[in-house]
Amino acid sequence: MPKIKSKVKSQKSKVISNRNIKDNYFEIIIEAPEIAKSAQPGQFVNIKVSDGIEPLLRRPLSIHRISYQPPAISRQQRIKNSIVLLYEAVGKGTEILSQRRPGEFLDVIGPSGNGFNIDRRPLTVDYRPILIAGGMGTAPLVFLAEKLREVKSKKAPAKAGSRQILSNGREKGKMLVLIGARTRKDILCEEEFKNLGCEVKISTDDGSRGFKGYVSDLLAKELSAFSYQPSAIYACGPKLLLKEISRISCERNIPAQLSLESHMACGIGVCMGCVIKVKSKNAKGKTDDKYSRVCKEGPVFVANQILWE
Amino acid sequence: MGINLKVKIGKLQLNNPVMVASGTFGYAEEFKDFIDLKKLGAIVTKTITLKPRMGNPPPRTCETPAGLLNSIGLENPGIDKFIQEKLPFLRKIGVPLIVSIASEGDSEEFVSLARRLDKIPEVSAIELNISCPNIKSNQKPETSNQSYKLISQDPNSTYEVVKAVRGVTKKALITKLSPNVTDITEIAQAAEAAGTDAVALINTLMGMSIEVKAGRPKIAMGTAGLSGPAIRPVAVRMVWEVYKKVKIPIIGMGGIMDTSSALEFFIAGSSAIAVGTANFINPRTTIEIISGLEKYLARNKIKDIKELIGSLKI
Ligand SMILES: Cc1cc2nc3c(=O)[nH]c(=O)nc-3n(C[C@H](O)[C@H](O)[C@H](O)COP(=O)(O)OP(=O)(O)OC[C@H]3O[C@@H](n4cnc5c(N)ncnc54)[C@H](O)[C@@H]3O)c2cc1C
Ligand SMILES: Cc1cc2nc3c(=O)[nH]c(=O)nc-3n(C[C@H](O)[C@H](O)[C@H](O)COP(=O)(O)O)c2cc1C
Ligand code: FES
Repeated sequence: MPKIKSKVKSQKSKVISNRNIKDNYFEIIIEAPEIAKSAQPGQFVNIKVSDGIEPLLRRPLSIHRISYQPPAISRQQRIKNSIVLLYEAVGKGTEILSQRRPGEFLDVIGPSGNGFNIDRRPLTVDYRPILIAGGMGTAPLVFLAEKLREVKSKKAPAKAGSRQILSNGREKGKMLVLIGARTRKDILCEEEFKNLGCEVKISTDDGSRGFKGYVSDLLAKELSAFSYQPSAIYACGPKLLLKEISRISCERNIPAQLSLESHMACGIGVCMGCVIKVKSKNAKGKTDDKYSRVCKEGPVFVANQILWE
Repeated sequence: MGINLKVKIGKLQLNNPVMVASGTFGYAEEFKDFIDLKKLGAIVTKTITLKPRMGNPPPRTCETPAGLLNSIGLENPGIDKFIQEKLPFLRKIGVPLIVSIASEGDSEEFVSLARRLDKIPEVSAIELNISCPNIKSNQKPETSNQSYKLISQDPNSTYEVVKAVRGVTKKALITKLSPNVTDITEIAQAAEAAGTDAVALINTLMGMSIEVKAGRPKIAMGTAGLSGPAIRPVAVRMVWEVYKKVKIPIIGMGGIMDTSSALEFFIAGSSAIAVGTANFINPRTTIEIISGLEKYLARNKIKDIKELIGSLKI
């Protein structure tokens, strides 16, 4: 994973909007120019959702997008000054966050963690990444898709925008996004991905839309239909899903980067609370097991590095 | 008006009485982006042991009402790597450096660690962590912490360890006590009799939290140490009890979140205080308390923080 040198900041940040998208899903926009300036896809922020001691700890949320200051007159004037987070109200902390109003201030630390390693090679027919989102794992992948598109179109300007249809019916140069959700009502960001030029496939646990089953099963199905090796897998979602994706990707030798969750006390690498077990090379070149901090060395880990419990 | 925040812990002179609690500040480097480390009264490192420790299996932490449970299991790189990799940054900060040490076995390990640290001029003091509740790492959850006694749960063992370390170092010696005892004053007095320069209290309070649906403990090890505002009243009570029984300075900690909670500890008898869990929530807590104390003293026309120590009216 890349060593990102950006300084982690702690700041009082103004809520610009906090919108209920549907059901228990919310999108909050927070003014945080320092964070927006340096954030990378896969990084997260740690938010104190209320003043006082209940709940006591901060809540980690992935950076969903970096938003631009309206009105954007020219490219130079589009100052990145706020961050967008997508979250589900699942408990005390996220519940309170969902009630915070525009104009209020939140204490935000970030950008934290390593972020995804961005593959800068241009998209070609036999070279396309697959993004896999399980549930709330969608949140960081939109930012990732934006970034991938940005760097990939930069590298291959001639191809940008050209939509070649290949013999197998697939479009050239498209990222494939697999979204897994509990039901059709839980599908997030389908339009966002499409607007970014991604091909989107959906699975639901109950079959109310798309493939019926887990998104890892959908992945297996897609891979067996592929006539080429995908360049990379990027995934975020529940642990069991990531474990399965890790198994599939290792089996097929596809480099996979997985963004993990873990209960965090500090989120800044000092408490040693958020660890997962990984393989590591020691000084003698032998592999050893060790614990690695999700908040610091992660949340993104290379799949074949993780030792699943 | 000249406000004096200086305090002495044995021969250790602190510019102000606000330090950090072991295990909640890493080895300081992570905090350099948040605060000016030079402003701290002292820095206490995460506890180190002779050999590296991998620590306990996750999950290691969980939030509780106004508190935090942890069972880290003293994950640390061991003294060699500490000296190689962590000390170079720490020694440059320029505030008193207190290195916390623990033993996985007998008091011999404390002695060897203390001998090594004694030779390092930038180490100002040694803190004996004889009170970590999470160190029996190789046991299954069912058996963890049963039939296992902490050194600081026994006055005789406390005396022996402190005495042994006292014999090999002239550096200021701090003994960190566990609240998981019937009478903490007994242990504090044993440490005092053995020659410790100060006592630090409290370490975490043993606790447990259960995931009801699964019927399993939320922490892999089962039991864990509770910290944060939830334990503050216990900590303040223990500081007061110990203050009445010993002559050496007390470093008070347990749920300090802000200036007013810090003041409780001074009034109860602490000469200095340490911020722990609060560092996770607001990394600037220490700095805010230092300026908060200055303001409080000025407002109340108190010239010297020492006037507050043990000033409880009862
Ligand atoms: C790096 C990272 C990025 C994340 N990004 C997002 C995101 O973009 N959108 C989103 O909706 N959620 C995200 N999560 C999960 C989110 O942090 C939890 O849903 C949230 O902490 C729940 O808090 P609560 O008080 O509502 O729930 P409670 O269950 O009341 O929380 C109790 C405690 O458990 C912790 N906790 C509970 N669930 C999780 C979890 N899944 N992961 C980590 N800690 C948990 C809480 O932080 C808190 O300390 C992310 C987690 C991590 C670690
Ligand atoms: C995550 C965590 C790790 C800790 N590690 C250590 C440690 O290594 N050595 C030690 O003496 N105390 C350790 N402690 C205890 C603290 O130093 C302190 O005594 C305790 O947390 C009470 O203070 P607080 O409520 O302000 O956190 C740890 C506490 C926490 C929360
Ligand atoms: S949450 Fe404290 S080290 Fe990661």
